[in-house]
Amino acid sequence: MTIPTGKLVDVPPEDSVGVGNRRLTRVEKRAIAAKGKLSSPWASGIAILIAILWTVPTFGLFITSFRPQSEIQSSGWWTILANPGLTLDNYEEVLFGSSTNFATYFVNSIVVTLPAVVIPISLALLAAYAFAWIDFKGRNILFVAVFALQVIPIQVTLIPLLTSYVQWGLSGSFWTIWLSHSIFALPLAIFLLHNFMKEIPASLVEAARVDGAGHVKIFFRVLLPLLAPAIASFAIFQFLWVWNDLLVALTFAGGSTNVAPLTVRIAELSGTRGSSWYLLSAGAFISIIVPLVVFLALQRYFVRGLLAGSVKG
Amino acid sequence: MDWFINADTTVHKFALMFFAIFLFVVVMGLILFAVDRPKRIPTWVVALGFLAPTILGLTFGLVYPGLRTIRDSFYDRLGASFVGLDNYVAAFTEEQFQIVLRNTVIWVITVPIMATIIGLVYAVLVDRTRAEYLAKTLIFLPMAISMVGASIIWKFVYEYKPDQPGVNQTGLLNQLLVWVGIPPQQFLLNAPANTFFLIVVMIWIQAGFAMTVLSAAIKAIPDDIVEAARLDGLHGVGMFRFITVPSIRPALIVVVTTIAMGTLKVFDIVRTMTGGNFGTSVVANEFYNQSFTIRNQGLGAALAVILFVLVIPLVVYNVRQLRLSEEIR
Amino acid sequence: MKRMTRRSSAALATGAAFALLLAACSDSDDGGGSSDSPAASGDIDCAPFEEYGDLSGTTVTVYTSIVAPESEQQTDSYIPFEECTGAEISYEGSREFEAQLPVRLSAGTPPDIAYIPQPGFLRSLVADFPGKVIAAPQPVIDNATEFFSEEWVGYGSVDGTLYATPLGANVKSFVWYSPQQFEDNSWEVPTTWDELMTLTQDIADSGAIPWCAGIESGPATGWPATDWLEDVVLRTAGPEVYDQWVDHTIPFNDPQIVEALGAVGDILRNPDYVNGGLGDVSSIATAPWNEAGNGIPAGTCSLMRAANFYQANWPEDVTVSEDPQENGVYAFYLPAVSADDKPILGAGEFVTAFSDRPEVAAFQAYLSSPEWANEKAKVTGQGWFSANSGLDPSLLQSPIDVMAFELLTDPEYTFRFDGSDLMPAAVGAGSFWTQMTDWIATGQSDEETLTNIENSWPSS
Repeated sequence: MTIPTGKLVDVPPEDSVGVGNRRLTRVEKRAIAAKGKLSSPWASGIAILIAILWTVPTFGLFITSFRPQSEIQSSGWWTILANPGLTLDNYEEVLFGSSTNFATYFVNSIVVTLPAVVIPISLALLAAYAFAWIDFKGRNILFVAVFALQVIPIQVTLIPLLTSYVQWGLSGSFWTIWLSHSIFALPLAIFLLHNFMKEIPASLVEAARVDGAGHVKIFFRVLLPLLAPAIASFAIFQFLWVWNDLLVALTFAGGSTNVAPLTVRIAELSGTRGSSWYLLSAGAFISIIVPLVVFLALQRYFVRGLLAGSVKG
Repeated sequence: MDWFINADTTVHKFALMFFAIFLFVVVMGLILFAVDRPKRIPTWVVALGFLAPTILGLTFGLVYPGLRTIRDSFYDRLGASFVGLDNYVAAFTEEQFQIVLRNTVIWVITVPIMATIIGLVYAVLVDRTRAEYLAKTLIFLPMAISMVGASIIWKFVYEYKPDQPGVNQTGLLNQLLVWVGIPPQQFLLNAPANTFFLIVVMIWIQAGFAMTVLSAAIKAIPDDIVEAARLDGLHGVGMFRFITVPSIRPALIVVVTTIAMGTLKVFDIVRTMTGGNFGTSVVANEFYNQSFTIRNQGLGAALAVILFVLVIPLVVYNVRQLRLSEEIR
Repeated sequence: MKRMTRRSSAALATGAAFALLLAACSDSDDGGGSSDSPAASGDIDCAPFEEYGDLSGTTVTVYTSIVAPESEQQTDSYIPFEECTGAEISYEGSREFEAQLPVRLSAGTPPDIAYIPQPGFLRSLVADFPGKVIAAPQPVIDNATEFFSEEWVGYGSVDGTLYATPLGANVKSFVWYSPQQFEDNSWEVPTTWDELMTLTQDIADSGAIPWCAGIESGPATGWPATDWLEDVVLRTAGPEVYDQWVDHTIPFNDPQIVEALGAVGDILRNPDYVNGGLGDVSSIATAPWNEAGNGIPAGTCSLMRAANFYQANWPEDVTVSEDPQENGVYAFYLPAVSADDKPILGAGEFVTAFSDRPEVAAFQAYLSSPEWANEKAKVTGQGWFSANSGLDPSLLQSPIDVMAFELLTDPEYTFRFDGSDLMPAAVGAGSFWTQMTDWIATGQSDEETLTNIENSWPSS
């Protein structure tokens, strides 16, 4: 391990982008990566340890979801090999134990989630662009104000929002949930996307401006394509938060089966006095399928690298 | 009109959903089209076009309720008559409030730091390895599990059963203790350690967030820099310390800030696992209790305002970072 | 290779999601309404419903804390009303009911009817939302006076006005035990408090731990301990003192209450008596209340005080029956100081209206009638009964429910409602729970515990 020169550290990333004049091949990148990274057994050891620590509790719940109630309560899930007795009863109860078709909740969740992801991300992208690249008075103060709004607990907004929705005649419809989720997501979305937006080299934006492009054009033609990984990462989080949200759904949608998402059904699985809490194990795994699909589908976007190959200004 | 409000069939619901997205796109498109007549329009109008819908939504959905909360914190439990600072006095003299405040500070310091460190180390370790997809999915999983799922998962980790014949352990941690010959422990009962066991749950959830965002940032470090550093003889820990961390500093700040904000507000973990008993309560949990269980609106609002105040150091720090980055640019 | 696995797992998951989606599309119009009622609807006798008139085209929204699976028994019991009057009942149950109802009231979108489980909550709603809670209409008042005892009518009234009628009821003064274990050891079911303590000591002398208990209940942790104290106050201090204590006309830490808590502590804080199969005294604080009894069929403890509704928590292979049998459990009445002294502690939900539309009033009247109580008993498996004296006990399907109903309607027994449900929320859903939990977990003294609760009693 060599002590690096101070100079190297101080160079801001943007300036050195142009230094290398040729594009690295895939093989070279691999080679660079392989040299100092996971080559040490210690490093792999730590990575594997973290992975195991993080997965074992969930794995335990996974096993539990296939065990009958009496065994869940009387022995640990790791004894599964000693007393096998797997059952699908829990899943059956979750899927078919209600008078309302489980698929209805599933559809509702999807209908709730998609606009509640698309709308705030679009709005936040525009706002983040304005905060990062449009010079206007009071820009920083406004940005800090928006960012600080993150701390407002959603619970304090319930009564004022619901009151307005009732007055507008929207209560109990999808609109209230879409609108609420969009608003609640904005501060964090703007904060995150602004950070990525700022990382884009100023030279790129300047170049476009010189070519006569207005802000709208720069936003769509230059920045949006570069931000795909950032958008993908925020999209997955927003997706998760909305998908797993119970509070907003309960308050604004009521429990009306026309609108209520999966979480509303899962929250009541445990029964009036909580005696069937073990059903929640199966419920948790049913509701995780879709977020997992979304994560796997979006993953290739974040693996590609934020500015890979496109910065040749 | 009713068609747009009440949807009761699957097809109708999806139609309504696409209509909503379409409507949104049209409105935004019109606004952007209007501000895109280049040259003659002043900058602030363009900025307004980009920001107006956001500002409108935030004012309606967060600023107004936030201001109302501040007002309510000076009023009685029904928001009817002015009581001055009584609610704040009540909050601070509430039994064990020192402990609640102390716990909140412990949470807000420990969770962001630990989750970020673990997420960062992990992101670096698995970066560009063959198992990267799988490895990342594993850490990401806890984020995808709903809160109800998480509370049960950890029940099976911390649960206590005495070590006696005829009784099996059902909590993993105690089973491990028993296997190595240590008597089982009441993890959630004994203060102050129990707070840390609850914090572990939050770290477990948030590390996936840190890992995902930081991984995207790491991938954004230009290969040229990495290669140049390599030619300078940097490897392993040196590369991590002198290239990776400085390059993703802005992302690190964002991640720490975001997790800290989230941690300040989180109460479900405490609420479902200990109910705030055994000296584990945090301000957010007290806020929830006063607002929704005990229905003392004034005191609940005062506790929410205390949360706002706790976030000020974070805001100040971010403002300073913002200034610094402006200077560099 | 790794890539393949990832791809295929993603494909698999996508496929699963797609399948669910398809299922959703194939049967889309399942709004969850009650349109598809069971075949039994043909033989409903509509005569008792004529007084309600024709309510076709109207809808009554009901909001409650009763969720699946119990909610299905609720909605099933409305079918005769829906069939005969034409009104539709739109039912919504939520475990967040107590937090959400005031939000909806504040926002101006209350349900037509809510089932409120705490009279204290009802009182504060009447006080906090003037004019929103609708006083009971005459037919409901008539039903209430005819079919419910004075105490139950009182719990649904605020300042002499009847607002809510009782729906379901439960009895908490029970001790669960294993008849088989009692027979094997020739133990007798105790009929006085002294006999109970003697039995406890006998079991302890035999080397076993007699009692098991658990008060963990998530955010509501501590409530089973408050029930313990209330039950013992009724026994050591009597119903009159109990009423004064609940009304706060005597302080929460009155010496008589300190004495009662001491008596609870003689069991719950005696390491020789608790906590069979669950650990030491402090383990009571972390043992889930709805699993605490598992030691009885398993043989690690012999006695547990819990309500009749605990029967829903027994694992599937456990039978509730008085006959001694393997894996059998049953409950006896928690005895009082003398065998003649018969207080019982219980609770229930109250039907509260926020609208005075005719169909709402009609439904409220139906819910307070014996027709509904009997219909509900018919469609309910176990774990339900009502304080409605018109209920036919032969319709109840669990021996515990029959016993609880008999105690409740037996004039020799003095009924008192769960005190924590009557107290202000700051105490009844706050300090009472948390201080009792501390009392168990930290060994905090009786006096300090009660004084802390007294100090938290809201001044107004």
